[in-house]
Formats: sequence, C-alpha cells, structure tokens
Amino acid sequence: MNSKTKKAYLLNAVAVFLVYIVFLTLIRFKVLSNYFGGVIILTCIMMIMALSLNIVAGFLGEMALGHAAFMAIGAYLSGFTSIAIMNAFPTAPALLVLIFSSLVGGVAAGIAGIAIGTPSLRLRGDYLGIVTIGFGEIVRIFFINFDPLGGAQGLKGIPRLTNLSYAYWITVLVVFLIFTLGVSKYGRAIMSIREDEIASEASGIPTTRVKVMAFTISSFFAGIGGSLYAHYQGYIDPDKFQFMFSIEMFVIVVLGGLGSLTGSILSAIVLTVLPELLRGFAQYRLLIYSLALVIMMIFRPQGMLGRTEFSLYHLIYVLTNKREPYKKGSIDGGKSS
Amino acid sequence: MKKRLALMLVLIMVMMTLAACGGGSDDSSDQAADSGDVIKIGATGPYTGETAMYGVACKEGMELAEKEINENGGVNGKKIKIVFYDTKGDTTETVNAYNRLRDQDEVVAFIGSVLTGESNAIKDLIKQDNMPTIAPTATGNDVTEGVPNFFRVCYYDNYQGGAAANYASKEAPEGLGAKSAAMLVSKGNTYSEGLAGAFKETFEKNGGEVVIEESYAKADKDFSAQLTKIKEANPDVIYIPDYYSTVGVILQKAKDMGMDIPCLGGDGWDSIQEEYADVAQGYVFTNHYAADSPNENVKKFTENYNEAYGKAPASFSALGYDAVYAMANAIIEAGSTDAQAVVSAIQTMNVTGITGEFTFDEEGNPKGKEVTIIQVDNGELKYVTTVTE
Repeated sequence: MNSKTKKAYLLNAVAVFLVYIVFLTLIRFKVLSNYFGGVIILTCIMMIMALSLNIVAGFLGEMALGHAAFMAIGAYLSGFTSIAIMNAFPTAPALLVLIFSSLVGGVAAGIAGIAIGTPSLRLRGDYLGIVTIGFGEIVRIFFINFDPLGGAQGLKGIPRLTNLSYAYWITVLVVFLIFTLGVSKYGRAIMSIREDEIASEASGIPTTRVKVMAFTISSFFAGIGGSLYAHYQGYIDPDKFQFMFSIEMFVIVVLGGLGSLTGSILSAIVLTVLPELLRGFAQYRLLIYSLALVIMMIFRPQGMLGRTEFSLYHLIYVLTNKREPYKKGSIDGGKSS
Repeated sequence: MKKRLALMLVLIMVMMTLAACGGGSDDSSDQAADSGDVIKIGATGPYTGETAMYGVACKEGMELAEKEINENGGVNGKKIKIVFYDTKGDTTETVNAYNRLRDQDEVVAFIGSVLTGESNAIKDLIKQDNMPTIAPTATGNDVTEGVPNFFRVCYYDNYQGGAAANYASKEAPEGLGAKSAAMLVSKGNTYSEGLAGAFKETFEKNGGEVVIEESYAKADKDFSAQLTKIKEANPDVIYIPDYYSTVGVILQKAKDMGMDIPCLGGDGWDSIQEEYADVAQGYVFTNHYAADSPNENVKKFTENYNEAYGKAPASFSALGYDAVYAMANAIIEAGSTDAQAVVSAIQTMNVTGITGEFTFDEEGNPKGKEVTIIQVDNGELKYVTTVTE
C-alpha cells in the first residue's frame, strides 16, 4: 500500500465518520425526524442491494434479474433465526443477534447462489436473465406456499433490531468489502471475464469457477441486505419480493453506472430519497420519478458515473492542484467517458 | 460530456429542490392558514398501482366524510384535515408514509391502511407510538390483534366466511337451504383461504357437508378441470371466495358448461355486476353494506356520494366513510386529541355507520356487526337480508 492509497483510505474513513456524526447529531437534536432516519436506513439497505448486484451486473457483466429472490431468502431465514433466538434468550444483545442472523441469512442466500449459479452460468446475457427471472419467481412462490414461514400472510413479529447506527456501519463494512474485492486478484479475474471470456480462460483463469464465485458473493451480500430489511420492517411478505423489485435494483445499478461502485451508491441514494421528496406532488410523484429515469438514460446512457469511481482524494487533489490534471481512476481500469 | 453531466446534475438538483419546496410550501401554507384550528388525521392506501381501485374507493369515501364533518361544524370547534399518502400497495412505502405522517405532518390519529399486508407492516409502529388507529378495510384475520389502540370497522375474513355458511345452511327464504357445498379456492391467497376455511367450519357445524374442495393458482385462466369435478359431485351450492375479476371468468366457464348450481361469494364480488352481470345473475354474496338498503343513513350516503363522484359507492367507500366518522366521534367524545383519551373513547363507543351498528371488542374488531347479503339481479346489486356470524 503506497502512501497515496493510505492517505485516500484515511480520508474516506474520516469522511464516513463525519457523515455518521452529522446524521446522528441532527436526529438527536430533532432537526431530522425519525422519518428521515427510516429513509436513511432504507437507503443503506438499497445501497447494499445495488452494490451486491453490481458484482454480477457490473464486474461480471451478466444480466441478473432475480436479485430480490436472494434478498428474500436472506430476509426470511434471518428473520426466522432471530425470532428463534429472541424466544430462547429474550435478553440477548441486539447487535449480536442481528449480526448472527444476518450471517445465517447471507450464507443461506450464498448457498442458493451456488445452487442457481452452477448450472445457469454456462448461459450468457439474456438467457441468464430469463433463468434468474424464473428463479426469482420460484423463490417467491415457495415462500407464498411455505406455511412455517408465514405463507402468503407473511412473517410477522421479527424483532426490529436494525437502527440507524447498525444499518450505517454494516453498510460501510459491505461497501469496504466489495471495494476491496474489486481491486483484488479475484475482482480482476471477474472483470477479465467480462472483457473477454476466451482471453481470460487462455490466461489461466478458471472462468466457470470465478463466475460462480462472483454470483455467490453477490447473493451473500444480498442476503445481508435482506436481513437488515427484515429487521427494519419487522414484517415481510412474499409479495414484496416480486420481479419488479429485482428490476428496481437493476435500474439503480444501471443508472449509477455498471461497474461503478460509487455510482451505485449515488444512485441508490437518489432513487430511494427522490420518491420520498416527491411525496408533496401526490399523484404526479411516479410520473416525475419515471421521467427522471428516462431523461437520465437518454442523456447519459452509461449511467451517472459510467465506469469511473468518485474519489474524495482525487477531488481534493484536483481542487488543490489546479494546474496538474489528475489521471482519473476507475476500479477496473475501464475507459472513462 | 462533462458539460452534459453537469447539466444533468443541475437538472436533477433543481427537480429535487422543487420537490422539497412543493412538499414544504404545502405544509407551511396550511399551518399559516389555520394553525391550531385544524385536527390532522393521517391516511395511507394504494392510490396508484395494481390495487389502486380499493385505495381510491376508500379514499373517496373518506373525503366525503371529511367534507361533511367540516360542513357541520367540524370536531371540537376545529376542522379536520385528512392527509393522504400513497403506498402503491407496498409495505416499505407504507412504513415510510406512516413515519412521515407521524413526524412531518404530526397527525393525531391514523386511518389505515387499506390492505391487510400494509396494515401488518405498520402494526408494531402503531403500538409503539400509541397512535389511535382505525383500519377501514384490512380484513385479514389477526390484523388488530395484540395492539390495544388498533381498531377496524370492517369485519374480518373468518367472520364473513362463517356468516356466508350460516346463510347457505338456513332454510329458504332466509337462506339457501343447502345441505352440501363445494368450495373453489385461490391457493396461496390469504383472503380466499381464510374465507373458505371459516365457511367450511361453520357449514359443517350447521350439519352440512363440504363434498368437494378445489383450488387454483392466482394467474390461472382455465377452470374447466375443477368445475367438471364439482359438476360431478353435484353440491347444493358452490362457495367461490375471490375477487370479482377471477370469479367472473369462473362463472362464465360454469355457464358455458351448462351448470346451474347456485354460487355464493364474499365481498370480493363487489362490482361484479359491472362486467359479469349475465353470468352472475341470481347469485348472492356477503358484503359490508347494500347501496339500496332501506336504511335512511345509507340512502343519504349513496345520494351524497353519487352527487360528489357521479357513481354508486363501492363497499370500500362505505367503510372509509365509517372509519372517518368513527374517529371524528371518538375525538369529540374524548374532548381532546390526547392519544390515550381517544383510544379509550373508541373502546367504549357505539358506531352507527353505513355498514352497520356495532361496538369494538377487546381485539379491536367490530362486535355484533351484521353481514349484508347481496344478490346480483339484472346488472344491479339487490339487498336480500342481513345475517350475523
């Protein structure tokens, strides 16, 4: 790790901490209401979902349209786990229960990811898209008919453990992990498959295994996101995890820029907060929201950030050293727009 | 490219500011105009999306009640204002909307939500905030259970299924005089399964027998296999608890097959006369109220509704109307908007509404509420009788 990277990491850590302090103070002193707190938690959850989808859709460059299914698996299993724990040990510390059940949900979603990824990742593009849509529907219909987990009525009484601090720091951790995956050897292997599968196989990358690995990691984090969601809502029903919800996540990733993690974060914020800000417009709300999407895609088809990453360090560098233009970076060395 | 990006970002930011202003100016102007003179009540429901017809029907009934109450002097000398937020039928949106009503609009009472799933999603929050709440139309079985400040004006699914069974087993002319019944149920649909389960239990308790039970999946379009089996079993009545869009298709098929066994349904059949009048001719279903009921209040409500919206009110409109009146009366009775006082007032009050007369039991469900039996007759809904569970 050279000194520049170190400085950049330090800077980001400070920024992340500052943002947290600001939110916490604003809510403590009632400048922002609990309602905003709830919106921030949802934004965090959508960030995790978008980032995890970005591993498959952006890094691997495959069309995955069943992300809501992995979220559902994570949500249901973690919810079930924490209900069981809370029944057995009512005084168990909230954070431990949340972490443990999130891991259970994540691992379950990861296993589902292996199960669906192994046979279907031989397919590419729209074929894989259709397989994942089918998988998403199977999962949803399974939960509708599986009565031990509430069936069509939904799972009630999940302890509401997700609060702003937990959601925020878990999101920070997930962002960090996915970012390090992106710059690691494995991340580069994943991206090489996107660029040219034959060339990467020729360079000795076991493409099938790497693909399944990417798919599994993606579904693991989706399960974590699902767990946070279940513990925020306290109630989940299968109808929430419909095909349209998968599409919603895909839209976030595409809008942010396929392959750009900061793009996903930015667009998760915009697309979660925008509908809430637009509540004042009543019935025109969805019209404006959809219009914003259309305009965005016409004028910036590669997404908000394309494949480039936003970096605080670069920004400050550019602001302080106006003379020397900084070489723009992207996580995968892709062409910047 | 950079210029374009900048332009886009500016555009988005302008839109967001506009949006914030739009919401903000709304609030501030209201507060400026009648600060302190208005009692704010929150409401959520699916006003857009797949289930919008239920949300919009309910909202129209609520707006009519709001207008009438304000024209007649309001509540405790103040006007009431219902703040509506759309949920698209989505549970996450419902939680957001509810939080916003509580924190941004600072409502003193809440009416909602329209769908059972939505209501389940905010149930814990309602309990935690001790928000006086009346759900107008969430009929799922245990929606209000375990939350002392959560009530509803609609009867729940089991109650309705039982009432339908009682009507089926009573001798004509008070009932259908059926000894055997068939059930055709939508698998995985809580509403349909709930009604069917309760129907079966009560029908068998009454000495009848459910001879055949067939099911279909939500998106099914062909029901000939199920109907053929039912035809062979030849029951006295077929119970089909589902929404009218599916029921219409089933009845059409049954008619094509030359079946003449009477069919019986639930409140999901409301509006069936609009598209399927000929195939549903003569069949009866349980509902929350009858638009042509001899009751004076109902007549007045139907007239006023027709005047305001130019159409006949659906049962969800009547329930929304009743919920607003019940809440307004509770606030009058409590004499203040203090949450606990309002909740106590609701617990002890008598509701005389469009959908019947009742009190609330300890679980917040309507007690002693009558179920109205409706017959489809030449494209119109005719009041037949009322039954209790």
